Amino acid sequence: MSDPIVEVRQLTKAYGKFQALHEVNFEVHRGDVFGFLGPNGAGKSTTIRILLSLISADSGTLSLFGMPLATHRREILQKIGCIVEKPDFYKYLSARRNLEIFGRVSGADTSKRNIDAMLAFVGLEGRANDKLGGFSHGMRQRLGLAQALLHQPELIVLDEPTTGLDPQGIIDIRELILQLSREQGKTIILSSHLLSEIELIANRMVIINKGRSLAEGSVKELLNAEELVVTFELNDGAAAVALLQQRPEVVLREQHDNRLTLQINREEVPELNQWLQSQGLRVYAIESKRKLEDYFLKLVNN
Amino acid sequence: MFGKAIYNEFIKIAAKPRSYLGLAAITVLVGVILFAMKIDGLTYIGFITAGFEQSLLFEGDILNGNLMGFIVLQMLIIHVPLLIALVTGDLISGEAAMGSLRMLATRPLSRTQILLSKFVAGGLYTFLILLWLGVMALGVSNLMFGPGDLMVLNSDGLVVLLQDDVLWRFLSGFGIAYLSLLTIATLSITLSCFSDNSIGPIVATMAIIMLFTLIGTLDVPVFDNVRPFLFTTHMAAWRSFFEDPVDYAAIRNSAIILVAHIVVLLGIATYHFKRKDILS
Repeated sequence: MSDPIVEVRQLTKAYGKFQALHEVNFEVHRGDVFGFLGPNGAGKSTTIRILLSLISADSGTLSLFGMPLATHRREILQKIGCIVEKPDFYKYLSARRNLEIFGRVSGADTSKRNIDAMLAFVGLEGRANDKLGGFSHGMRQRLGLAQALLHQPELIVLDEPTTGLDPQGIIDIRELILQLSREQGKTIILSSHLLSEIELIANRMVIINKGRSLAEGSVKELLNAEELVVTFELNDGAAAVALLQQRPEVVLREQHDNRLTLQINREEVPELNQWLQSQGLRVYAIESKRKLEDYFLKLVNN
Repeated sequence: MFGKAIYNEFIKIAAKPRSYLGLAAITVLVGVILFAMKIDGLTYIGFITAGFEQSLLFEGDILNGNLMGFIVLQMLIIHVPLLIALVTGDLISGEAAMGSLRMLATRPLSRTQILLSKFVAGGLYTFLILLWLGVMALGVSNLMFGPGDLMVLNSDGLVVLLQDDVLWRFLSGFGIAYLSLLTIATLSITLSCFSDNSIGPIVATMAIIMLFTLIGTLDVPVFDNVRPFLFTTHMAAWRSFFEDPVDYAAIRNSAIILVAHIVVLLGIATYHFKRKDILS
């Protein structure tokens, strides 16, 4: 694993009497798509705002690219592109003018060619001269992404980037993020309260709730930390139950006719499927019930 | 990067419709005054000179472009602060309300650079407003009424300034008027740092001007020690250039107090803005 480019240690922040963050810790490594997962009000936006120096922490240390944020703010921000909550542009200016304004102070190439290329990358070709007053939320989100990428940052911070988007918009943004990670090797921090989003995009994550970081690690590790609950739909449920007596590692949790809900290690699912078929049973469907969602809810509820 | 930030700020000001409100208002107001003076100016002048006609003989064209320029300035210089505050009071709070301040603050600019770029752009806008007022007041007046000696009624009496002796007084007067308007701009930018809605700082700026003007004109001893230090007291300092002889000491004193206001207000704004949590 490469050296961390973001290190957050014991980060604490209070708004008056409300303790928004209690000693939050996590680190992000180069090339990660890092999920920042938590329910609404968990402290995700507060952490991201501190990361981008929009607000100051009460205590704790924060270093990015090996430099403390407190003393190297400008050098650090030069290497970051971000969308915090929703991208709020100047509505009275065109998309091109908006990108020029933010790009100019970020050291980006604001030539017509580069801006047109960036707009095309986010799917806004042909809209460069349109004023933002007429843009939908999805289009603004895309423009926000263009703004975040224009100066070729090393780290991209996206705070709830799919909030308010329609299903197609969510898929499009997700594809763009994956493209940035796979094709350009960007490091991405993605905050979301949507488990499915993190699960589909991120390789590492931290789970945060009530201002505390509850778990951190690779998504795969965290998913495997608990066994899966899998429902098998078979042609003969009673026969399957009898056969499963021979497999003590598989725990039968429920049976509804020919539907068996089993607690099993994730890695053993394919083998169990083959074994059941080799015993003469027909498997019509396998449905994984226990995913990140259960793990997350268990952590949060505890 | 700072130069680019200033350029950005000026593009934003230039793109906002409200920025042209000041120019349009000045054009209309000056137009109305000059039109009225063209039609009925001699009656107006008659009221002013009535008290002197028994002891003085007026020769030549008293109702000329220089006098019109002076009258226009005197009438409008008290209204221009509102037009200035309308734009400068919105520079930070307007962006905070819109959410774009959040995006701007995540760019590699220091908070001080963000604030100062807005101050410089606001100062430039103030200069353009005053320049337009000058073009309308002096340029158009002279085109409509022609040049001539300037007759000014001061508290000491009637002062007549020769035509060739007038232009430098107007230019110097504009200089000190710019300082007083820049003080207003700085005040509204400072108030803008403390607010997340755009109307609050504009209203607060006007309220402060009204309060200070009231204290300045209220002739009660309790305010005697405060009055000389209020910026509103020095907003009419431009008129001192139309006295004969010019009271340079008083003008210098006004300039120092106005500059001190600008420096202190900018200091307060910087201190607060650097520490401000951007939550909007």
